[in-house]
Amino acid sequence: MTEVKQLVQDLADQYGRNQESLLPILQGIVNREQHISEDAMIEVARELNISAAQVYGTATFYSFLNTKPLGKYVIRVCKTITCMMHGKNQIIKELETVLKVNLGETTHDGKFTLLETNCLGQCHKGPAMLINDKPYTELTPDKVREIIMMYRDKELRVN
Amino acid sequence: MSDKINLRIDNIAVSVEEGTTILEAARKVNIRIPTLCHHEDLCVAGNCRVCMVEQTGADRLLPSCAMPVSEGMEIQTNSLKVRSARRQIIELLVSEHRADCTRCYKNGKCELQELSSEYIIGESGFIDLVPLKVMTIDNFSPSIIKDDSKCIRCQRCVRTCDQLQNIGALTVAYKGKNMKISSFYEKPMYEVVCTNCGQCVNRCPTGALTEKTYVEQVWTAINNDKKHVVVQTAPAVRIALGEALGMPAGEIVTGKMVSALRRLGFDSVLDTDFTADLTIIEEGNELLQRLKKVLVDGDTSVKIPMTTSCSPGWVKFIEHTFPEYLENVSTAKSPQQMFGALAKTFYAKKVNVEPEDMVSVSIMPCTAKKYEADRPEMRSSGYKDVDFVLTTRELALMIKQAGIDFASLPEDEYDSFMGESSGAAVIFGATGGVMEAALRTAYEVVTGREVPFDNLNITPVRGMDSIKEASVKIENPLPEWSFLDGVELKTCVAHGLSNAKQVMEAVKSGKADYHFIEIMACPGGCLGGGGQPIPTSPAIREKRSKAIYKEDSLKPIRKSHENPEIAQIYDEFLKEPLGKKSHQLLHTHYTERNRY
Repeated sequence: MTEVKQLVQDLADQYGRNQESLLPILQGIVNREQHISEDAMIEVARELNISAAQVYGTATFYSFLNTKPLGKYVIRVCKTITCMMHGKNQIIKELETVLKVNLGETTHDGKFTLLETNCLGQCHKGPAMLINDKPYTELTPDKVREIIMMYRDKELRVN
Repeated sequence: MSDKINLRIDNIAVSVEEGTTILEAARKVNIRIPTLCHHEDLCVAGNCRVCMVEQTGADRLLPSCAMPVSEGMEIQTNSLKVRSARRQIIELLVSEHRADCTRCYKNGKCELQELSSEYIIGESGFIDLVPLKVMTIDNFSPSIIKDDSKCIRCQRCVRTCDQLQNIGALTVAYKGKNMKISSFYEKPMYEVVCTNCGQCVNRCPTGALTEKTYVEQVWTAINNDKKHVVVQTAPAVRIALGEALGMPAGEIVTGKMVSALRRLGFDSVLDTDFTADLTIIEEGNELLQRLKKVLVDGDTSVKIPMTTSCSPGWVKFIEHTFPEYLENVSTAKSPQQMFGALAKTFYAKKVNVEPEDMVSVSIMPCTAKKYEADRPEMRSSGYKDVDFVLTTRELALMIKQAGIDFASLPEDEYDSFMGESSGAAVIFGATGGVMEAALRTAYEVVTGREVPFDNLNITPVRGMDSIKEASVKIENPLPEWSFLDGVELKTCVAHGLSNAKQVMEAVKSGKADYHFIEIMACPGGCLGGGGQPIPTSPAIREKRSKAIYKEDSLKPIRKSHENPEIAQIYDEFLKEPLGKKSHQLLHTHYTERNRY
């Protein structure tokens, strides 16, 4: 049995095989694999006896259910109006410079992906961003550079 | 008992049952409220908002398709506020729709175009968003073209595919401004579970989903003097073609259709009904042979229940969804493909035409038939057995293009050979028809007596119930069939693929012990096919069904095995049912397909 097949089966055992099991299973896949691959979706459809297109529709609806391979660290900068007025564009520009990618792209080494997202609920502390599950607020260009350096250091130490 | 709800719509008093929507109540008093996402066959979506109406005393407009009536309501369907909202909604829809109407296949038949003209949408104040988006046209399928630039996201197709057919080839992907109707991973329709049934095409209000047309190729063939163009017409075309040419639903136009085909220039005008009769002989014998192998020989490699194989939507569905049951599907080809194989062999010889100079065209109520004709295994004559498949709608278009006044045409007769048919063949066009035709023949083969139903009408398998069951007890069979004595032949009929799925799941779980199952992919059978005139509704399908059974009752021959041309073709060419020639030309095999 392939790894993804086993993963989907385990998740289905855990969350059930009903219509409402779909979201927790998809979240489980993202937690483990960072993104939901085509094969994973077909497996989910098979396990829940629903159409694969339906799985695809659900997965693409939610911003945090990635359907494309992303970097190890996914940076999501809040794009809504309060953060925008607090200088979100400069933050993005700085991130693009430091990471040497454009918005929406993943770095060559596969470590970082730069995305925008809807409101993170940190309007009083904008601009804000998420790196994977961790929020960072009251950002400045200097601050984001430091944050990225910190992650890079962490990666170096792992290797 | 008076739990009726009283309200006034445009100042007209209406009294309706509780739970009725405002839209339905308005229709009762002949007030038409425009709709786009609403369809009689589908659940309420309420997403297009063109059916908005005003309720006196309420600030917000109400979507009449989704809003149930309540006591004392006062509704205005055409107030200034309603008109202005509706116009803006239509303008917004048009701003996201490639309104290239003069070049559109649906020009003149588009519901959005009709509404725009009704509300005089001139130069809209909204920015045309179409050039700003990347939108794909998927024309890889031989049956269906999906053009996202024409889509208004009403989701009729998604609901059709999901609820009516239980396939789910289409879904709503992404959200907000990126929302689109998509297949799995945005793959071409050709590669996914789509059965090509065309029910979505039948319900799409715009040109976003259409059949792939072969009208020009057929005109070219007709105008080529070197080609002998043979045309066959499916049973369900003759009772629906009139609708696309200005006639009411349920009109039998067989004779006029034959004249029209001759006027269009087809060299031989023949009938798929002939091969429908042939299908009954082959499939009926296959069933009896299977029963014999199972009941007498105890052969476990032979599978029962046997299912029909004439509906190409059903065949592709089972290939995707229940591949473990492929051996249960009758190996008999569909009437269209039997016809194609015989046209370029037997018939070509008979009319003294080289098969390479013959072009075989079929007129079908179906979009899946286009895919079926394209299957690689459908070349048993050595050539493509059926070259071009046209839908009922495409034939209507050709008749219009040729400037023929259809209503005033005289009635004409099919050519012979392969033009004669029985009433049993005609009813192939309705759900339950194949079963009824098969029983009329099989019972008589086994017992030597007519099937014990009044006037041969096997009413338990008729009608629009979603799943129908009927059993026939065999008593005093002919000596050859003595093993069937006392056997109760159990049959089941389902139409629409969601019903088909239910039946197959019952078979799979061991709850059903049928011998023979008839399945048609489309609601109502072929008469409600994806290639039939638009619109479709339960009432329209009911009328077409009545017409089909009327045509059957008027036929002098009612049983397939009594069709003299059938006897003749076995005598001259095929020799015997399930014989060597039959296997070569009239039977096929199936392929397991992916699950997405």
